[in-house]
Amino acid sequence: MSTNNIETLKSNVNKLFYFKRAWAFGIPIAILAYFTYVFISFDILGLSERGSLKNAKSLVGDMYSHKVHVTRDNRKGDISISIEGEKKGRYPSGEAPEWIELGSTSKINLGNGHLIYFGEKDVVYEVPNYGRIWAEPGLGSVEAEYPNGPLPEWINQSKNRVTITTEAGRLTITRNRTEVFRYFYGWELFFFTLDSQYHGKSISELTSLAFNGELPKIMRDFWYNKMWRHSDVAWAIGETILMAFLGTFGAALVAFPLAFLAAKNITPLAPVRFFFRRIFDFTRGLDHLLWTIILARAFGPGPLTGALAMVVTDTGTFGKLFSEAIENVDKKQIDGVQSTGARNIQRYRFGVIPQITPVLLSQILYYFESNIRGATVIGAMVGGGIGLMLTQAIITQSNWEEVTYYIILIILLVTATDWLSGKLRQRLIKGSLNN
Amino acid sequence: MSEITSTQKYEAEYFELIKKRRTYSAILLGVFIVLMISGFNVVDDRNAGSFWAGITSIFDFPREVILEASEKIEKIPGLFVKFFPSLIETINIAAAATLAASIFAIFLSMLATQGMAKWPRLIPVFRRILDIMRAIPDFVIALILIFILGGGPVPAMIAITFHTTGALGKLFSEVNENASLQPLDGLSSVGASWMQKMLLGILPQVSPNYFSYALLRFEINIRISAILGFVGAGGIGYDLKNAISWGKGRYDEAGAIFILLFVTIVIVDQLSGIFRDRLTHGKKSEGLL
Repeated sequence: MSTNNIETLKSNVNKLFYFKRAWAFGIPIAILAYFTYVFISFDILGLSERGSLKNAKSLVGDMYSHKVHVTRDNRKGDISISIEGEKKGRYPSGEAPEWIELGSTSKINLGNGHLIYFGEKDVVYEVPNYGRIWAEPGLGSVEAEYPNGPLPEWINQSKNRVTITTEAGRLTITRNRTEVFRYFYGWELFFFTLDSQYHGKSISELTSLAFNGELPKIMRDFWYNKMWRHSDVAWAIGETILMAFLGTFGAALVAFPLAFLAAKNITPLAPVRFFFRRIFDFTRGLDHLLWTIILARAFGPGPLTGALAMVVTDTGTFGKLFSEAIENVDKKQIDGVQSTGARNIQRYRFGVIPQITPVLLSQILYYFESNIRGATVIGAMVGGGIGLMLTQAIITQSNWEEVTYYIILIILLVTATDWLSGKLRQRLIKGSLNN
Repeated sequence: MSEITSTQKYEAEYFELIKKRRTYSAILLGVFIVLMISGFNVVDDRNAGSFWAGITSIFDFPREVILEASEKIEKIPGLFVKFFPSLIETINIAAAATLAASIFAIFLSMLATQGMAKWPRLIPVFRRILDIMRAIPDFVIALILIFILGGGPVPAMIAITFHTTGALGKLFSEVNENASLQPLDGLSSVGASWMQKMLLGILPQVSPNYFSYALLRFEINIRISAILGFVGAGGIGYDLKNAISWGKGRYDEAGAIFILLFVTIVIVDQLSGIFRDRLTHGKKSEGLL
């Protein structure tokens, strides 16, 4: 009998081991097979054709550096100097940074011995370790002379255009204009734009000016910086937080009374419960995206639509969570309140609500936190808050430094709310334990 | 005599305390109401249409869609077939991203947990990495990647993987903290490598919880995948955007996509709910044995 037992045990164990082994090999193989399928169906090999390394380079370059354009209109002969080629970053005519000497022959110093001279019509570029390049835009084409020897690959010459790219900058000559780019580290004009009198001043100069009563003016120049729009950004961040706040707490206000109607121990009528539960399921199931689309049709684009979309979806989530919390309350406390002769409303007020408040508040806070992150996405769809500014900056496909700035701000915002709500929730839960 | 005065004193103190607490609650409530109302007004001002004008027409758009879709009801099954590949793409984006993110998150969470980390000194580093991955919204990464990689499902997949790795990594490391470290001692005594210790000592303990969290994340990721399609990546979200921007005359397509998306979300939610329930209950019965 016992040997028989051992035999069955043995075969059972063997079977178990067989299955375990099959799982251990089967799961990785299944995962691998799935990834292979995705690899083929998403056409990952074709990415190299669709993707653009140039875009990636310009994006990454823009994130930590900026360039100054020196442009000469070859028809009129004027030279204009602007940061990132933007109107807002243009130097007033006749003014130039110290590395450019304007004159009948303008000298542009790109650093490391790279010198460019703008003559009457022609351009001369002295490249160290290579030699002197001369070019002149003609009527139909660009004529250029190079030092002897084969053309290096960093010079791109065609009939209408000459492009010279060195480690110090870039020179492009076409019939219409001659343009020089020089690259610098850092974000341009972050504190003051060129038209501010505080541009280019050091921190110590600024502090001494600030103590001499110019602080309001300095702050104003910084706050209304036309390039970085600090005041608009601050407002957009506030709008994002406001959207999340209204959405979360609005949903909580709507869901709170409805949750009682969906709780088993409060509402004895099964059809009523069923009705409200299905409403919660519906608003939750019909995703943020679909609600946003529907609401955007009625209310138009803007932060209100975003907040309302959050109200609708979170009403479903809160309704479910709250009614579960209400169902889990301790009945003894309600009985105790009832034994003192409390009426129905008083029973809820003193028997149920004190028990569920910490749970509810901690859930609301948790959703507030996740809605702040969600508000950036919804803002991008409905057009409000920092999400809108971010998408606008991305659409230009050139202001990547602004994109980086907004992303950093969003990360800071999200981490700050994470931290704050974590702290608050911890206190709420601890407080409820102490009681 | 003195007893009575002391109880009176306590009573007075008690009511004093209650009064104070009520005042604080009232002030807090007042601040909250003011914030809600003024916030609502601000947002209402900044919106293109106002709340009170819009609330009456809230069902206009759904009604138009339903009317047009019911007029062309015979075309709906064909449209389901037409948009089914995009739906599969959306689901694939979510599934592949969740799977890849789970694998990354398992390693990162182990590297970020006390007692399991291969390099204990680097625990704070891995934690910060997870925090940052979690903090960057996925649509931001998707938009940037669309610029670099062009449209299609790959940017969405990478973006969701990135964010999900952060989110799951945090949840997984919380699970890890509750795992028993004793199997690790046993395994190190027989000379197991770090990889073997994790695979044989930790994974069997935590895999039901991991799986349950990953499923929950998959539900969320399907929704996100649809939203990312709406902002430019591939999948059914992209088709939905096109159908809607065509306006009237294409609402049958919008209706079909609405239905497909809604049904998919509900089915996935239900299935993953059942699975997760089984996982947690299965664990309970094991605990009883």
